[in-house]
Amino acid sequence: MKIEKIKTGLLIIGGGTAGCYAAITAAGIRDVANNAASNAAENKGDGLKILVVEKANIKRSGCLAAGVNALNAYITEGRTPKDYVDYAKKDADGIVREDLLYSISEKFNEVTAHLEKLGLVILKDKDGKYVTRGNRNIKINGENIKPILAAAVAKAPNVQVLNHVNIFDFSVHDNKIDGAFGFGIENDTFYAIEADAVIVATGGASGLYRPNNPGFSRHKMWYPPFNTGAGYAMGIRHGAEMTTFEMRFIALRCKDTIAPTGTLAQGVGAKQVNALGEVYETKYGISTSERVYGTVAENLEGRGPCYLRTVGISPEQEESLLKAYLNMAPSQTIRWIENDTPSKANVEIEGTEPYIVGGHTASGYWVDTNRATTIEGLYAAGDVAGGAPQKYVTGALAEGEIAAKSAVEYINATVDRHAPLQGARNDVETEATIKEAEIASHVAEIETYLSQKNSLYTTEQLEEAMQIAMDEYAGGITTGYGYTEKQLNIAKEKIDEIESLTGKLSATDLQEVMYIYELKERLTVCKSVIAHLATRHETRWHSFAENLDYPEKDNANFRKYVNSRLENGEIKIILRDLTAEGQKNYEHQH
Amino acid sequence: MSISIDQSKCIGCRRCHDVCPGTLIKINEDKKAFIKYPKDCWGCTSCIKECPVHAIQFFLGEDIGGKGSKVHTEKVKGEKNDIVRWFFELNDGSVKTIDIDPKESNKY
Ligand SMILES: Cc1cc2nc3c(=O)[nH]c(=O)nc-3n(C[C@H](O)[C@H](O)[C@H](O)COP(=O)(O)OP(=O)(O)OC[C@H]3O[C@@H](n4cnc5c(N)ncnc54)[C@H](O)[C@@H]3O)c2cc1C
Ligand code: SF4
Ligand code: SF4
Repeated sequence: MKIEKIKTGLLIIGGGTAGCYAAITAAGIRDVANNAASNAAENKGDGLKILVVEKANIKRSGCLAAGVNALNAYITEGRTPKDYVDYAKKDADGIVREDLLYSISEKFNEVTAHLEKLGLVILKDKDGKYVTRGNRNIKINGENIKPILAAAVAKAPNVQVLNHVNIFDFSVHDNKIDGAFGFGIENDTFYAIEADAVIVATGGASGLYRPNNPGFSRHKMWYPPFNTGAGYAMGIRHGAEMTTFEMRFIALRCKDTIAPTGTLAQGVGAKQVNALGEVYETKYGISTSERVYGTVAENLEGRGPCYLRTVGISPEQEESLLKAYLNMAPSQTIRWIENDTPSKANVEIEGTEPYIVGGHTASGYWVDTNRATTIEGLYAAGDVAGGAPQKYVTGALAEGEIAAKSAVEYINATVDRHAPLQGARNDVETEATIKEAEIASHVAEIETYLSQKNSLYTTEQLEEAMQIAMDEYAGGITTGYGYTEKQLNIAKEKIDEIESLTGKLSATDLQEVMYIYELKERLTVCKSVIAHLATRHETRWHSFAENLDYPEKDNANFRKYVNSRLENGEIKIILRDLTAEGQKNYEHQH
Repeated sequence: MSISIDQSKCIGCRRCHDVCPGTLIKINEDKKAFIKYPKDCWGCTSCIKECPVHAIQFFLGEDIGGKGSKVHTEKVKGEKNDIVRWFFELNDGSVKTIDIDPKESNKY
């Protein structure tokens, strides 16, 4: 394996929605300290050197690969950012960070205008105004949204992109980040990257729970199966504070194809009905989690399966639906073409397995208003960052922008542009020795996976075992998302056991090594999820955190953030008070 | 659900390999693309849209109700601009198409 060492100014891990936008933003900031370390000979421009590292290729990686249907977060005419904050707060029953929500809501329209300038097609009426879908959405053709962002990154000055490189560990010393480690999954190269500041934008975590269709179509899931929670896991292991992992996200989807249902509900006004044809959504409420819960409850009470009532829509509506789904979830259109179309048959719906995704719920890094994590020099944006649910595409872009500005400000404030290359000589040497030792130990671990043979279990088998344990004992589809303390204890035991087996796994190439690291990331995230679920002794959000020991909401004790931090190998839970109503700024207490 | 690649059409341009968000497609010694991890496909259709010779098709697995149709897209000249034509080859041999104008936004 070749070893490549890279020095950069700003390292962005994950070139998805938030990562690409962070790169574009940072490249646009001209007033940047030219520090000696970052401005080595290979840095030709006069701005900050920016490096985006992406495990796939930024052209089609992450959530936006297939395209998106609408911009779900936009301040439509007559509405204010406060309306959006209120909506997100209500949907999460209070457990949100208002400062974070305000900061993205105030940017939704700005980033949308920028996207349009970059080439996104947005539907307009005859007066040139954006056409809205409901109160917060605008209609677009989002099939090529990711290529549009990637093209803008390619044009941005001083941005270098490393595609097909998987980052698996941060380099953190004294709670300060100074780079990251990764490997090229196809070029047999180990990367040791040094950076003045780092933005983590690796998205959320799928694949923790047994999926809807565990067989051949196991990856036919809502959230990208390639977002494995790397960003969460790396932060957890280095002691970053995390928040609200107990607020899992479960999507209500079209059965089998796992295609979105919002387009049917909002686009043609399809109602949720049970097998008897009764509209049941009004019975359970219409918050995101209640829509899922109602469907589970109707099934449990013998009134399943459940559907979105589309029978009777007009031929024009049907044609538009077939097209809309081709632009975001083509499987559903195939399904309709192979079977009855939506005007003839209602669309069956089901809940997905739970995901951890900070763009929909509030799980992720505990950040301040500037998106600084509790590790110095590390910023978080998009689905990996917590506290701000209902973020969606525009929120991820807004957070990318905020994180980029904060990181550049941090670099300007901390990196001395006149510092001589070798300050205190001895320090530099010890630092260099530490780095070399770290690189050697990582390389040795990777080579062990590549050389050891005869592993009894495969990575795939352990992944399945993890998903089954989470499904059966930590509130997966099998138990209707509910769990008890006893079950969570079993889940924890099983996850620990599976983790202890990972050391013996073997791989034939670096892509398979990546699969081993992905499994280990998921196991790390699972343990945090279990600890968080076990802490919230209430049921505030049906399905998302359905605690069967405590089926009621407990406002007296749990209008709090459940946070956690790994200390000496143990997950330490921290209950924090909610930020005040209307609070627009939050700083970490050091 | 997954994709299938018709290697007799493939010209080895690597585009599908480059864009797959899971890096699941590899190129063999004869410069032909193949999907190395078919069960890991997310069904995002990125590779299908990239392939210049329409060698890649998408299908639903039987476990999620697939009935043997294969799907691909082609760019064709429209009145004003290029449009994307989706081809659905059904199991009985018949073919259906749906045209999408990339300059038009979704109605829903
Ligand atoms: C199927 C789907 C449909 C959606 N539809 C809509 C919609 O219509 N409207 C809307 O507003 N929102 C929609 N959303 C939500 C929105 O797309 C996401 O919230 C947003 O894109 C998240 O951005 P992100 O940057 O956090 O994650 P991503 O865009 O997924 O970026 C994460 C990136 O990190 C990379 N990565 C992960 N791990 C590593 C690692 N270890 N090393 C290097 N790179 C790594 C990934 O490959 C990926 O490129 C949808 C989401 C999904 C999944
Ligand atoms: S459909 Fe998407 S995930 Fe599947 S092989 Fe093609 S590019 Fe990869
Ligand atoms: S994009 Fe098409 S032609 Fe190019 S390598 Fe892939 S299958 Fe072959």
